[in-house]
Amino acid sequence: MRYDVFCAGYGGQGVLLAGNLLSYAAIREGKNVSFFPAYGVEKRGGAAMCTVVFADGDTGSPVVGEPSVSVILNQLSFDKYAPKVKQGGSCLVNSSLVELAGVTLEGRELLAIPMNQIAIELGDVRMVNMVACGAYAAATGALSLESLQEALKDALPERNHKLIPAKIKAIEAGAAAVFSARKA
Amino acid sequence: MTALKRKFVKGNEAVAMAAIEAGVQCYFGYPITPQSDIPEYLSRELPKAGGTFIQVESEIGAINMVLGASACGVRAMTSSSGPGISLKQEGISYMAGSELPGVIVDIMRSGPGLGGIDASQAEYHQATKGGGHGGYRIIVLAPNSAQEMYDLTMLAFDLSDQYRMPAMVLADSVLGQMKESIVPNPRPTVNLPAKDWAVRGTGGGQQNVVKSLYLGDGEMEKFHWKMHARYQELADKESRWEEYQTADAELIVTAFGCTSRIARTAVEMARAEGIKVGLMRPITLFPFPKKAYADLSNRCKKWLTIELSTGQMVDDVRLAVARDAEVEFYGRPPGAGSLPTPEELFTQIKKFC
Amino acid sequence: MKQVFSKPVSLKDVQTHFCPGCHHGSIHRLVAEAMDSFGIADKTIGCASVGCSVFLYGYFNIDVVESPHGRAPAVATGVKRARPDRIVFTYQGDGDLAAIGTSEIIHAANRGEKITVIFVNNTTYGMTGGQMAPTTMPGQKTSTSPNGRDVANDGKPFKMAELLSNLDGVAYSARVALNSPKNVLQAKKIIKNAFQYQVEGKGFAFIEALAACPTNWGMNPLAANERVGSEMIPYFPLGVFKNNENL
Repeated sequence: MRYDVFCAGYGGQGVLLAGNLLSYAAIREGKNVSFFPAYGVEKRGGAAMCTVVFADGDTGSPVVGEPSVSVILNQLSFDKYAPKVKQGGSCLVNSSLVELAGVTLEGRELLAIPMNQIAIELGDVRMVNMVACGAYAAATGALSLESLQEALKDALPERNHKLIPAKIKAIEAGAAAVFSARKA
Repeated sequence: MTALKRKFVKGNEAVAMAAIEAGVQCYFGYPITPQSDIPEYLSRELPKAGGTFIQVESEIGAINMVLGASACGVRAMTSSSGPGISLKQEGISYMAGSELPGVIVDIMRSGPGLGGIDASQAEYHQATKGGGHGGYRIIVLAPNSAQEMYDLTMLAFDLSDQYRMPAMVLADSVLGQMKESIVPNPRPTVNLPAKDWAVRGTGGGQQNVVKSLYLGDGEMEKFHWKMHARYQELADKESRWEEYQTADAELIVTAFGCTSRIARTAVEMARAEGIKVGLMRPITLFPFPKKAYADLSNRCKKWLTIELSTGQMVDDVRLAVARDAEVEFYGRPPGAGSLPTPEELFTQIKKFC
Repeated sequence: MKQVFSKPVSLKDVQTHFCPGCHHGSIHRLVAEAMDSFGIADKTIGCASVGCSVFLYGYFNIDVVESPHGRAPAVATGVKRARPDRIVFTYQGDGDLAAIGTSEIIHAANRGEKITVIFVNNTTYGMTGGQMAPTTMPGQKTSTSPNGRDVANDGKPFKMAELLSNLDGVAYSARVALNSPKNVLQAKKIIKNAFQYQVEGKGFAFIEALAACPTNWGMNPLAANERVGSEMIPYFPLGVFKNNENL
């Protein structure tokens, strides 16, 4: 089985750390992983993007034109990348920062999760990327929440390990939000 | 258990890790995007391993330090990209002329001129045809994963020592910047010839001279024929390539480096729709695996070469395949926004098959 | 019979290709004598440059690496860092060191590489055929300055020994000449000092030797020798510009 996920937001939202965390979790599950940080002109505009592909066998192309899953953290990225999500795929959107009233993605699941709001309720808006990772794991089942939580040790430098309990809470909150979003 | 032994690193870091494992004693370089992770890693780790790291005043200085250290018989390397690789060509030519080993890593970025930092494959000609003056070739290895960035860097040192010529690891900014899980394999045991040609101080014995000046009648010509024979030996013994789904293929896609990764997924997409397509990926660009192309093209007559340029490797493909084989080309010249997707290459495959 | 004169053992017993009246032979000899005095020839690696000095390996009984034009200080850096226990020197001309190789010499000096640099300043490109060098004197006619060096167009000649003496990494910087017995004896002492700095691991030592090039100057050997004293020394003063034993 091969999974691919595209993450995008603006600089400072921790998109690259989120991609790294998903990668380390996949490695903990014995997968091969490629993490491709996209950069270029968009980077100058403050955009941050990455594509993570993980598989039991070959990861194949590190570049994905139509992602199975996209995790979108801001309006600019939503406008540009949400339409590229593959038919039958999912788009997890930070509805705190993206206007979704009247928006649909034909043939694809659109999951609106107020990621900023959840992070702020947990006491730190910078946890938005952890909320996103938890939401990804819960929405796709591609990675277990346990692997994600364990992978925090790999993805974070030693000096930030004290933040792990708070980040675990954010991951769990992101996962929980998927269930409420799907119910609604 | 293997999951624990694996490391999740950038391709550039894999190069630096492999260099230390291969016993590199000296690294000389100059910062340039997108390869600066290599000097950054080595400035931190090489001194701990007992080696020397110098950030040099220029790419020219750096390659000449490699020449000097290599002349002493130690493993030495440098790395750069685009404009920096151009500056190194003088030194690479002298190293080739002096039959010196040494490893040069080129993480290609777009050009010409300052170009940009996006992935490129437009230095294929420069790398494989002898980028400097005088008429020479160097070994050119083209990894397509972080694991191969590691493995082929190690191989570059061995082949370079074995054949007494510079070796280049030719990658691009996708391979340099992307992170993948790798197994940092230990250095393999290889029987390499003694470096009895190296300068070391005569110790009262025979004088050793490392030089590329040949003024005597017939000397220079003899040198060229000797190297020509060595290139042939290299082609016979060291050509490396990878085939995927070629056995029953009616169209073979061929690409190297990051493009081969994108192409592989495109081939899988085509196979899922029952299209009989395969992939031929050269791992050694010099020597170019001509015989493998010739053999494959005796059976499969339709070829599609894909490169991040307007077409360079395609020249070698056309020379290598059987005369009645048809070689199409699809290129995306380097620059922001020009990296093709598997879906795009799949469309091209459908067009040609 | 008592032998009162012999070739230094660091030199091969061969005839050089240098033109009559050229000072390269004398400089080779003084370098060899310095090596003999420390008994270091068998642990010395020379870095030859491009020009008349390229044939270093033909005259010295030492291991030699040939360097690209101007790059000898970078090559020597690679050699010395790979083999810190060896004695390493470069031997370069003025076109090589003071034109195309200015970047390499300045940065090797500034890093304080523990090498010795022998810089032969004869105010012209020798092997290439008498073209204007960065050290060509104002008004001096060469094959590329047929009306004489015009300082308004080409700037004034480089004074490398003084220039390098200003860098903190330089332990020793001096200028010598070979135009008289007195100057030769003085040069012998100074060149020996320059190697002693390296033998003792003290740092970068630079010797600029003023030399005659009768062939390219269009002079006979005597007149060329005369010119070193009458024209060159007044512009390129002899002496020790830096002698920092504390490095």
